[in-house]
Amino acid sequence: MANPNDATPQVRDNGRAPKSAKSTKSTGTQSKGVRQSMSDLHTWAGLLVGWLLYAMFLTGTVSYFKEEISQWMRPELAHQQQVPDPAAVSQRVATTLATLADGTTQWSVQLPTARSNLASAFWRTPPGSAQKGMFQEGVFDPATGHAVTARDTLGGEFFYRFHFQFYYMPVMWGRWLAGLCAMFMLVAIVSGVITHKKIFVDFFTFRWGKGQRSWLDAHNALSVFGLPFHLMITYTGLVTLMTMYMPWAGEVALKSAAQRQEVAAQLNAFIRPGKRQGVAAPLANVDRMVREAQARWGENNVLRVTVTNPGDASARVAVSRGEALRVSVSPQYLLFDGVSGKLLETHDHVGGAAETRGVLYALHMGRFGDLPARWLYFIVSLAGTAMVGTGLVMWTVKRRQKLPDPMRPYFGFRLVERLNIASIAGLSIAMTGYLWSNRLLPVALPHRADTEINAFFAIWAATLLYALVRPAKRAWIELLWLAAALLALLPVLNALTTQRPFWRSVAQGDFVFAGFDLMMWALAALHAALAWRTATHRPREKAAGKRATATLPQEEEA
Amino acid sequence: MSAALAQVRRVAPLVSRIVAAIVGGYALAALTSVAALALPIAAPQGVITGMLASFVVYTCVVIGVFLARSARRAWGGLLIAAVPLLLASWSVWTSAGGAK
Repeated sequence: MANPNDATPQVRDNGRAPKSAKSTKSTGTQSKGVRQSMSDLHTWAGLLVGWLLYAMFLTGTVSYFKEEISQWMRPELAHQQQVPDPAAVSQRVATTLATLADGTTQWSVQLPTARSNLASAFWRTPPGSAQKGMFQEGVFDPATGHAVTARDTLGGEFFYRFHFQFYYMPVMWGRWLAGLCAMFMLVAIVSGVITHKKIFVDFFTFRWGKGQRSWLDAHNALSVFGLPFHLMITYTGLVTLMTMYMPWAGEVALKSAAQRQEVAAQLNAFIRPGKRQGVAAPLANVDRMVREAQARWGENNVLRVTVTNPGDASARVAVSRGEALRVSVSPQYLLFDGVSGKLLETHDHVGGAAETRGVLYALHMGRFGDLPARWLYFIVSLAGTAMVGTGLVMWTVKRRQKLPDPMRPYFGFRLVERLNIASIAGLSIAMTGYLWSNRLLPVALPHRADTEINAFFAIWAATLLYALVRPAKRAWIELLWLAAALLALLPVLNALTTQRPFWRSVAQGDFVFAGFDLMMWALAALHAALAWRTATHRPREKAAGKRATATLPQEEEA
Repeated sequence: MSAALAQVRRVAPLVSRIVAAIVGGYALAALTSVAALALPIAAPQGVITGMLASFVVYTCVVIGVFLARSARRAWGGLLIAAVPLLLASWSVWTSAGGAK
């Protein structure tokens, strides 16, 4: 009864209802088997937020390479041969921000790394300005400290932010929605495991070209292969935003601002501006403070420099440790007096629970690892994306056989079918389209970064419209081919519109750009293979249909 | 009219379970996070422990609600599980209030 579509009376008309109806529906809610109720829970928890989950998973997956995507989207910035000296960069940016963010109560800059060729900063809009209490952000050239002259783009950061707060809605709403989806996912995973009796045996079972059975095997293999990862990534995703989702213990236990600050200091190195003394005093050189941190944590292991109340006698500077060489993002930072430059406090450890949370958070981000670890994250996360995708498709495959009239399915079926096309094939097109718009939009276009993002959503919406008007199977094939073509031609577009074609990247040893082109071709091949298989797939008619129904009761529980 | 009533009868237990899972689950998870403050550890660590545990509790509650033999039993289970958590939370609440 949790499944209204199964309960349609038409099922009985085709003469094979008694058998399947008996085992799947039994006599209402009272005595449904444990595995059947878990199977229903798995199906509906997965389906209701499946499309959003797929998008969260895929954009999250590519975010493991968000720095590389950002580099590709700013082709004007030269390939970074070696990481610039963090101390020198921080001083250059500090000088720029002294005028650019004049009067601000706080600025913070993240320093370039081996993977990122720029310094990105945010600062509070100065008090007294129209948007009080807001933040502004900017990216800076490490070599000069000036704002980068590259085209205006949010780069890979867009995919990253979209995967936990979406877009076109207040950030907080987006994060609550993402949290809701993650909870559904967690429930879908656990109920899926309970549903699954022979989890180990089925991992080694794969039956090609057997319709629903193959989809089920694929879904099982993808899920079981990455099960520890899928569980981890979903739970730790909730952990990253837990202070927002579960603020209640804090509300009860932390009465004073000082107590709240004590907990905040266990979670991040984000220091808050203290009370201004109102006595003007120039900010000490931050490069000397960064050098002190380098001596402590290593040459290139300084993450960011945060300054509060610059220009005032109450100025403070926090220099925080990088994320390499430790599987935790727990705050470790040195706090300096911003005027005298004297080291005031050293934060190098947090409590047990906070450290646990720091490790869980780090596991989600995967920034502790080197390149092979990053690729492993990417591949398993892609398997997670495919797990959600195959689950969505299976919902329709399973029900298509039972349709009373395959030419005219009921509304719910059509809705799921079309949303699947747009959210799976359509998202690939939209994400690639975002990269195309990065190369095609005029460099000097006003609000260029926003326009790229609007293009992403416009293209995505267009694929949904297309999926609505075309026959479902044609829509799948055509959109998958379109995705393959857009992916395959992106390196060509790049060669035509920038000074950095594939051959030059290879010759210069620029493995970010060369690797990006290779990745596009690999993804194009993947989409072409999917399109080709969909096109050549012939669902076996009557005979197969009957056999499938006869074995369905057992299969549904698998 | 009676058909509509029958429809409501049929759907009500499922709706009841969904509410128990989503709202009841969140309430129990939130209670867990507060109850964790009763642990013999420093308050900031207790706050963080509670938050970490809450999502595990939430998941277990949802699974439990759909495993229960009836919607009524699911709600009963929620109430029983809430009792020790409420007691622990109450002790935290009063001591926090008393300290101020």
